[in-house]
Parts: sequence; C-alpha cells; structure tokens
Amino acid sequence: MSTQKCIIVGASHAAAQVAPTLRQQGWEGSITILGDEYFLPYHRPPLSKDFLSGAKSIDNLFIRQPAIYEKSRIRFALGVTVSAINRADKQVVLDDGEHLSYDKLVLTVGARVRKIDIPGCELPGVYYLRNINDVQQIKRYTGHDKKAVIIGGGYIGLETAASLRKLGMDVTVLEAMPRVLQRVTAPEISRFYTRVHSEEGVKIVTDTQVEAIQGDKNAEAVVCKNGDIYPADLIIVGVGVIPNTELAANAGLKVDNGIVVDEYARTSDPDILAAGDCTSHFNPIYGRQMRLESVQNALDQGIVAANTICGKEKPYSALPWFWSDQYDLKLQIAGLSQGYTDVVIRGDIETGRSFAAFYLKDSKILAVDAVNSPQEFMLSKKLITDKADIDPTRLGDSSIPLKNLIP
Amino acid sequence: MPTVTFISHDGNAQEVHIEPGTSVMQAAVDNMIDGILGDCGGSCSCATCHCYVDEAWIDKLNPPSDMEKDLLTCVQEPAENSRLSCQISVTDELDGLVIKLPESQF
Repeated sequence: MSTQKCIIVGASHAAAQVAPTLRQQGWEGSITILGDEYFLPYHRPPLSKDFLSGAKSIDNLFIRQPAIYEKSRIRFALGVTVSAINRADKQVVLDDGEHLSYDKLVLTVGARVRKIDIPGCELPGVYYLRNINDVQQIKRYTGHDKKAVIIGGGYIGLETAASLRKLGMDVTVLEAMPRVLQRVTAPEISRFYTRVHSEEGVKIVTDTQVEAIQGDKNAEAVVCKNGDIYPADLIIVGVGVIPNTELAANAGLKVDNGIVVDEYARTSDPDILAAGDCTSHFNPIYGRQMRLESVQNALDQGIVAANTICGKEKPYSALPWFWSDQYDLKLQIAGLSQGYTDVVIRGDIETGRSFAAFYLKDSKILAVDAVNSPQEFMLSKKLITDKADIDPTRLGDSSIPLKNLIP
Repeated sequence: MPTVTFISHDGNAQEVHIEPGTSVMQAAVDNMIDGILGDCGGSCSCATCHCYVDEAWIDKLNPPSDMEKDLLTCVQEPAENSRLSCQISVTDELDGLVIKLPESQF
C-alpha cells in the first residue's frame, strides 16, 4: 500500500468525481476529502427544484451512498475549514491550527453566493440558495398563499420561482436588467420564460433594482429604487456566485477569474490541481479561457484531475452543457452562445412550450437552448463540436429532420 | 431486498442488492458499476445512463416517457430494449432484473 496522500479540499460534485476516479485509475495512497458542510457530497441542482418543492428529501440528494466511499477507502472530514495552503511544506492548515500533509492536493472549492449589501439584508426571512441549510431555512417560510419575492432573474431565481409557485405561493421576481436570463440567453428566450412564468401566475418585474428590505423582526417587504414596494413573507436572493479563489491566491497560485489550471487541471504548482466552479481553464472547442458554473464541468474536470494524478493524462476538451427544470419545461443547453450573430428558432416559441433556439456565427452553431426538445439538444452536441456548416433556412424548418442537416 | 445483475459489455456479471425505490442508475453509481454515469443525477437530462434491459424483463417495466424516448434515439447504439436507467425504479417485483451495459455512453 502506498504512503502517498491525496487531499481534496471541498466536498461537492467535483470532489465526488475526483475521489472514486483516483481509485479506479490506480491511486493506492490515502484519499481524504475536507468539506465545510456537515453533509457527504450531494447533488446541488435539486436544491432549487425538487428539494425546495418537497418532492425529494435529503436522503435522495446524496451523489453516492456511504458504502461506496468505504469500499474505496475514501475518508472525509466534515465541518472543516482550510485556512491556508503551505506549499513549501506541502501541508494544508485548518482553521483550528491543525496541519495535514499532502503529496497531491486537489482544490474543488467551488463558488460562493454573491451577496447584496442593502439595509435589512440580514433580517430573518432573507435567504440565498446554495446549500441544504439554505433550503431548510427557506422551507420554514414557505406556505400556500404566502408571498415570496425573489431578487434575481437568472436560473436560480426562475427555478426557485417555479418551485415556490408549485407550493401555492404568490411569487414575484425582481430583475435589475431589462430582461431575465440576460447574461446567458437571447431576447427570444427571455420573452419565452417571461410568458410561461406569467401563464403559471408568477409576476416578473424587470429593470428594477432593490434598495432596501423593510421589516422589524422579520423581513416584510422589498423596497425598490423606483419607489415600488413588494410585501414579502420570504425573500430569496439569487444574484450570482463568486469563485472561491482566496486559498489559492494567498498561496501564490495563479488566479484570474478563477484558479487558473491547464488542460490537465494543474495549477501553477505541479502538485496542486483544481476542478469545477472554482477554475479558470482553456476550452479548445471555443479557443478561449473560461470559468463555468455547471455540474458537467465539475464532473469532466474532476476526471481530468484524477487521471493526471495517476499519470494517465488526458486533456480536458469537453463541450459545456447545462440543464434547467421549471414547471413542465426541460431546458437543455449545449455549448456557449457568447459572440453569436444570429438566432434560428425551430418550433413554436411564441405560443408553445417546445422549441430549440440555435445560436449561430459564420454559419456554424455555437450553442443551442432546447426546451422540451431533447433530440435537438443531443444532435446539436455533434453539430457544435464538429463545427458543421449549417444552412440556417433548413435549420429553422421543422419539417426537415435535424438528422438530415448533419453533413 | 431485490437483486439486479449488471452485465458489462465484455460479459462480466455483477449482482447487487438494491433498496426498493432506488433507480437502476443510482444502484450502478452506488456500486461503482463501470459504464453507467448518470451525470444529471437522474433528471432525464443527459442520457449517460443508457442501458439495455434483458428481453425477459423489458415489458415488466413502466413505459418510457416521451422525453426518455427522444433522448434514447440519440444514445450510442440504441436498440429496442434500450432504456435510461435513471427512469427505472427497482421494486420487489423486479427482483432478478438483468441489465446489460453499453460499450460506451459517448
């Protein structure tokens, strides 16, 4: 048995992928995962969906059952915060002063929620949504006909709105930008989601910035800069995340909108790797450096990190993809749309609930937003990675099977 | 406790005991069965949990949803007995279920 030690900091999706893959790929030394939450790795996507709506319980959230970790000799220390990395001595320092030695270190520290700093933001009844504890607290304030105000019209905000509406709450979403999902989708998609949420009874208010939260012992209302006041029993804030780069930066590792890693998940220190939401990495399909906030990246990059540690290097070159569930809408996104010049829609986006929106540049598909259109999603992955030349007219013609457009 | 047998592409069989109500995908992930991934955690979104259900059992399962059927048309080597294993919930009635694994999910 090897005496080598691998420590993984962070215990979420990426960690749950790195650890078993290390064993599979032949790592015989110890594997220790350090997490700051008192839970074994769990799926985060259901937090704003089935876990919030009550369809799933905590037991349904775990990525793997404990027996797997036991069989693979993967150890955990939970409720632990790493305060520093001592690279010279190859040790991590915990916030209680304890030192743990490593031969290989993997940072899967993810991202934390961006917080708003306005009067009243610390009142009970105001929550972010990132972990199990958040949702457990949120659920104390849910209830039929109670009022929920959601600050932020991104995926978290909209998924949360759908889940709370399912619970019979009166829901309002306040978005600072002119449209929801502005950062990530075309105007047609923003209009679509606004329409469906409205059909389901959720009020979406855009171009609206919040100024303060009113309340005495609990949050009671959100006050906007334009003077509008929205009464609330529950306020949820979803305004983005910030990568946790401080540990790496303080240790002198290269950091730039994330912990910088190469295509083998290595940081600027050969014995320290990183994977998941916390990294900035080069994607060869798009030819640029990026930071992704997705389960797919956590898993694929986690596999790359484990392979690298075991001397079986395979470069990272996965196509980003993402999904979001709201009401009866299953959105599957393949690729990244940044830099698109045209959008081609296939299906009825104006009145229906099933369509695919293709983002094109120079007759090639950069990305697709597919709503209840799984075949378009699956086939597009190939069209995107192959950089296939596409006839936009045929693409937009639903009578021509998408398969026929594959050269 | 119902048992499910996973047969890998090269013929290796592995029998596992599964808590009723668990999906075949989760059972595979929990038992480190190589060949089933389940990247989306069972939300019928990624089609990386593709499996072939043994002919003796295929009709005993709940039929696939439209979403599952559409995703299945795009997996590697789809067949008549293809299913997404995250959509198969193991019950006592499925004790003895045999699942064959594809060569690859990609």
